[in-house]
Amino acid sequence: MIAAFARSVGRSALAITEEVGGIVVLAGKVLRAVVSLRSPRLDARELWSNLYKMGNRSVPIVVLTAFFAGGLMMLQTGPFVKKLGATSLAGWGAGYAVLREIGPILIALMFSGRVGANNTAELSTMTVTEQLDGLRALAIDPVRFLVVPRVIAMIVMLVALTIIGDLVALGGAAIVGRVMLGIDAAQMYHSLADNLRPYDMLHGVYKSIAFGAAIAVSSCYFGITVRGGAVGVGRAVNAAVVASAVSILLLDFFLTYVSA
Amino acid sequence: MPVAPATPVRPVAPVPAAALAFTGVTKAYGAHTVLAGISLELRAGSRLGLIGPAAAGKSVICKLACGLEAPDGGDIHVLGESLAGRSEASLGPLRQRIGFLFQSYALFDYLTVEQNVAFPLQQRGRHDAAAIEARVAERLRSVGLAGSEAKLTAELSGGMKKRVGIARATVADPELVIYDEPTAGLDPVTTQKIYDLLAADQARTGASVLAVSSDVIALAAFVDEIAFLYRGTIVYRGPAATIADAPDPMVRQFVRGELTGPLAEGGA
Repeated sequence: MIAAFARSVGRSALAITEEVGGIVVLAGKVLRAVVSLRSPRLDARELWSNLYKMGNRSVPIVVLTAFFAGGLMMLQTGPFVKKLGATSLAGWGAGYAVLREIGPILIALMFSGRVGANNTAELSTMTVTEQLDGLRALAIDPVRFLVVPRVIAMIVMLVALTIIGDLVALGGAAIVGRVMLGIDAAQMYHSLADNLRPYDMLHGVYKSIAFGAAIAVSSCYFGITVRGGAVGVGRAVNAAVVASAVSILLLDFFLTYVSA
Repeated sequence: MPVAPATPVRPVAPVPAAALAFTGVTKAYGAHTVLAGISLELRAGSRLGLIGPAAAGKSVICKLACGLEAPDGGDIHVLGESLAGRSEASLGPLRQRIGFLFQSYALFDYLTVEQNVAFPLQQRGRHDAAAIEARVAERLRSVGLAGSEAKLTAELSGGMKKRVGIARATVADPELVIYDEPTAGLDPVTTQKIYDLLAADQARTGASVLAVSSDVIALAAFVDEIAFLYRGTIVYRGPAATIADAPDPMVRQFVRGELTGPLAEGGA
């Protein structure tokens, strides 16, 4: 029984190591394709199409999520702030949490669920229907043609969506503060402007770059390495969502620790 | 640079005696040996048919010939170049000289019919837009798909997808064309039309052709020779015209579809 348990743990460890190794190797290939002077060609149609579908179409869900996340921050902190008579810190509290933590991580998780999962499903369907082999047979590198535009689009759009989401979340916090707690919007603004540094905003932005890269590479990795038809596609999407969520949380901890 | 769709096309590079040569090639997936040291040669400018039971490894041979899979052992030479130790990037120029029709079509489902066929030419960047448009229109006409340019591949029947695949595989006039089941799922009339088209194309370009098909009778009318793959080895190779009367009893049984004979049940 102990031997069976040890074998099971060993198999899991090997599988995880193989996946992490594969993701790192793919990240290296993407980086090499991006910086390579010999193969700099990027398919513009693929890039624009991905920027549009990954970015524009994610705006409504990000706006909705961010608005209520900002409002929730105010609902949670507002009563205590009022009780302690520190309403001048309400904007700073909501802003600090939203810009440095809640905004990037919440939007990245939403992005992973919507865009990352979709990306894995799309690439894995292309893989099981031999479309990737079709590209290779036409002398086209699938990493350069399919993966690189997706990685660039996801990073760019997650940063853009995080900035939009941060602004909407602050707006949500201000509206909830004003309507439900009677905290004046001007007071909110001054609290933000006086206490927050540009670095607080940048902190969230560079986190979103890391999160975008993690979501992009892991979702592409599971998409292009899928095996086994429709069942395999389902497993790949599941694995990609889990890997993205774990990567986001680990990166968030690491980046927060490093910058603390 | 214009593309001349109707003029005879000859490869620029010197054509080796063998367009395709497998020597002692082995391939296994886990414990399952698919190819047990096959040797096979396709003479330049000729047409070779490959037949065999389901899951015998015919599609694997096609993919090995294009470098899409690597053999476990043996040597493969394609158009005079060895595939041994070749990186994915270094195979690019060679693959541009090969046309490949996949059994599963492998069409890009987010592109239209026209975009699929134009794709290889656009990606290679050697032709202007007008030349590509003219060439694609000629290819689609020849496979009977004029008027379907704007359709997405998801809107097509299996036979139409196969024809788009043929148009894409041949649009750049490759020196070696590999057809994996070019007529699977097609009715007899369309099958004949497709083989007539492939024969006309081959006569025009002088390309070497490797064709895999389960429809042996139709295939035999198209190719010069047929090789029979069974249990990982080529057990017979002979003229296509007399394949039904081949001296090997296994081949005769397979071609005639007889239920009793030396072929083991379960095929491969």
